Formats: sequence, C-alpha cells, structure tokens
Amino acid sequence: MQVPAPFEYERATSVDQAIGLLERLGSSARLVAGGHSLLPMMKLRLANFEYLIDINDLHDELGYIRLSDDEVRIGAMTRHRELLESDVLAGVFPIFRDAERVIADPVVRNRGTLGGSLCQADPSEDLSAVCTTLDASCVIRGPGGAERVVTMEEFHVGPYETAVADNEILTEIRIPRKSFRVGSAYAKVERRAGDWAVVSAGAAVWLDDAKRIVDARVGLAAVGPNTTGIPEISAALRGHEPGEELYRLAGAIAARSCDPVTDTRGSADYKRHLADELTRRTLRTAVDRARS
Amino acid sequence: MQVTMTVNGTEYTREIEGRMLLVHFLRDVLGLTGTHWGCDTSNCGVCVVWLDGEPVKSCTVLAAMAGGHEVRTVEGLANGAELDPIQEGFRQCHGLQCGFCTPGMLMTCRALLDKNPDPTEGEIREAISGQICRCTGYSSIIRSVRWAAVHEASKEEATAQ
Repeated sequence: MQVPAPFEYERATSVDQAIGLLERLGSSARLVAGGHSLLPMMKLRLANFEYLIDINDLHDELGYIRLSDDEVRIGAMTRHRELLESDVLAGVFPIFRDAERVIADPVVRNRGTLGGSLCQADPSEDLSAVCTTLDASCVIRGPGGAERVVTMEEFHVGPYETAVADNEILTEIRIPRKSFRVGSAYAKVERRAGDWAVVSAGAAVWLDDAKRIVDARVGLAAVGPNTTGIPEISAALRGHEPGEELYRLAGAIAARSCDPVTDTRGSADYKRHLADELTRRTLRTAVDRARS
Repeated sequence: MQVTMTVNGTEYTREIEGRMLLVHFLRDVLGLTGTHWGCDTSNCGVCVVWLDGEPVKSCTVLAAMAGGHEVRTVEGLANGAELDPIQEGFRQCHGLQCGFCTPGMLMTCRALLDKNPDPTEGEIREAISGQICRCTGYSSIIRSVRWAAVHEASKEEATAQ
C-alpha cells in the first residue's frame, strides 16, 4: 500500500488565511490543490512535509477565467476541466483547449489545477509550456496581501523549483492580449493516452493587417530542465510573411536550441526531431487560426 | 483528526489519520469494498468515485479532503434490487469479465451519461481513457454504455407519453 508519510492536515478558508498558515509553518508545510502530482510524490517519499494545507475551498476565490481587452486573467485554482471546457478561453487562445485535451485523462482533469501544474514545475508539464508560449506572468501573493508579478522565466527557477517563497501563494496567471490577429496551437507526442510528453510544443503567432508576423512565440516541454521559450525563433519570424520556409527555419532553431536527454521515452535525437516537427506543426496551425 | 462526509446519502463521522486516502477510508473504515483499489498512482481508474458529482480517483484524494463533501460510490448506483441502467448495460453486453475495473468504469460512465445522454463511441472512449480494463478490450464496455443510453432514452420517452 502506498500512502504518504504522516503529516498534519490543515484546511485553508481564504487566501490570506492560507498565507497566515504558511507564515507560521514555514518550509515544513506545503499547499495541496488537486493533489494529483503532489500526493503521488509523497507516496514515493520524493516529497515529505509535516503539514499539508488543503486549498480546495479557495476554488470560489481563485477559480475563474476573466477576459478584458488587454489581458486574460485565470485564477490559480481553475481546474483542468474548466480550462478545457471554457469557450471564452478557446475563442481567444485555443492553445489551452489543444493542451487540455492531452493532459492526463478526464477524471484527473476534474481535480488538477492550473496553479498546481505550474507550481509542480515539472519540465514535462504542458500548461507551463502553454503559459511560456503566451508570455504569461504569474501573480504571487505574500504576507500582508503584498503581490508581485513575475514572468514565466522568473517563475521557474529549475526543475520542481519555483519563485514562490515558503510564505507565498500563486494566485493568478495573466496573459497579455495584443491588438493584432492572434492564433495559437499546441501539439504533444505521448506514448499512450494521458501520459507525460515525450516532447510537446506550443506556438502563438500575431499577424498585422498585411498578414505579416508581428510577433511569434514557441514554447517546448520535456526537452530541458524547464519548459523553454525560444527567443531566437521569435526574432527569426518577426516581420516576415508566414510560410513553410519560415516554419522549417523555426523547427531547425527549436531542434538545436533545446536540451533533451535520452531516457525511456526516447533518444535525445528523436526528441530533437520531435521539437523540430512539432514546432512546424503548431506554427502552421497557429497561423491558420490567426488568418481565419 | 475527525472527518465527516456524506457517502451515498448517509453521513459518517470517523477519526482518521490526515494521510488516509479516500479509497482506504471507503473500503477499510466504512467497509464499502465495492470501490476497488488498484495501481495507487492514479493511472488505472478502478478507484473512481464521485466527489460532489464529479468522478475522481479516490487513491489520489485524501479522505480529509472529502470532509464536508458528498461522495457517491458504486454501492450508490442501484435503487434497492433495481440496477441502474448503466449496471444493466454492463450485464446485458458483457461489459465485464473479471470485474476488477467495473466499479470505476460504472461511475465514470454514469457521470458521462448524466452530462451527455447520447455519447458517440469516440466520446465514450475519451471518457474512460484514464481507466484500464484488461479483459474486454473495451469494445463491450462501449456497447454497454450505448445500451444504457438507448434504454434510458426509450424509458424517458415512455414516461413522457
């Protein structure tokens, strides 16, 4: 029987009360949302905490998708299923629906959350790649209601490590909206339904009225210590008219910019091939969506 | 710690360890062994129960997390001696052989039919994609769900008339 080592269970009733508990308990405590990454790690003794603070009751406070003219704000407790089913979100950034279709399975998606996924900071995690692709920023709240906003690059300090301090909580993700036509897409190669990615890629493209690329971003998962944005691809694509030649160039940059390792999911060479191919595919789909 | 939850309409209060998983609470504390306990890693889906109406994998939910909430297990499907249509579908269409995955399959498929009374084969396959059956090859499970969908629809029609 796999069960976590003993811990004290606490239940948070508000964000500020959760921060109060974290202040008191320090590094001996950990927040648990959906628990579908943390509890398996605790069963395997890869993670041990004296206290678990259950924040599922904060769903009312932190479960939302809000659209305004210049950004989309998503609460950290928004569950995978809600991200998948949101027509509002799919209308603006269909990359979320693409990704959510291939994250775990429908039953797991009923529990897992956006904030939990990002805070897990697994290099293979899909929503981190989506947020990297969309240039999202993370709102972190600490004692006294103090909020700070960090980029995805700043948020992910290393594998399984984030910028969230012991007395802080990730509350919201903000995704900028630009006044251009936008398209986005996500693709993942996995060995079986619901598995971690062998490699996955997200792409977002912004086009001006002349259908030239104003900006483009690609985010990759499972090919380095963190989900990786590739600024060189953005630089190579800006100002150009989209087309197969450009996608090939972007794919080649992706393949040589990433840092995959050979493991049970595939060889490093195979993963580089996938980074290339999936970059091309997602850029193609993103451009098609931006044009339509 | 003390936990109070409603399981199949009955409220239970029990003293538990914080680390106790919901699947063990249901099976070992309440004696509701209809819910099975399989892979322990949220991959196989034999432990699926409903938490506030949504299917969840009870090996990856703490019993404490269910405190104050409503749980429904496979024991809560039948109405006395009358099987739920999804159970009857599995019986009619050989939706099971060894029966190990069945409780989880039934709970997920019941939830699917409640949301989508006329699911396609693809939608059924997607709904159970987080659950493993090593006997049926899934085809007879899909037939079972379709059986339930068709019979529920004709039953509703008859009631309406």
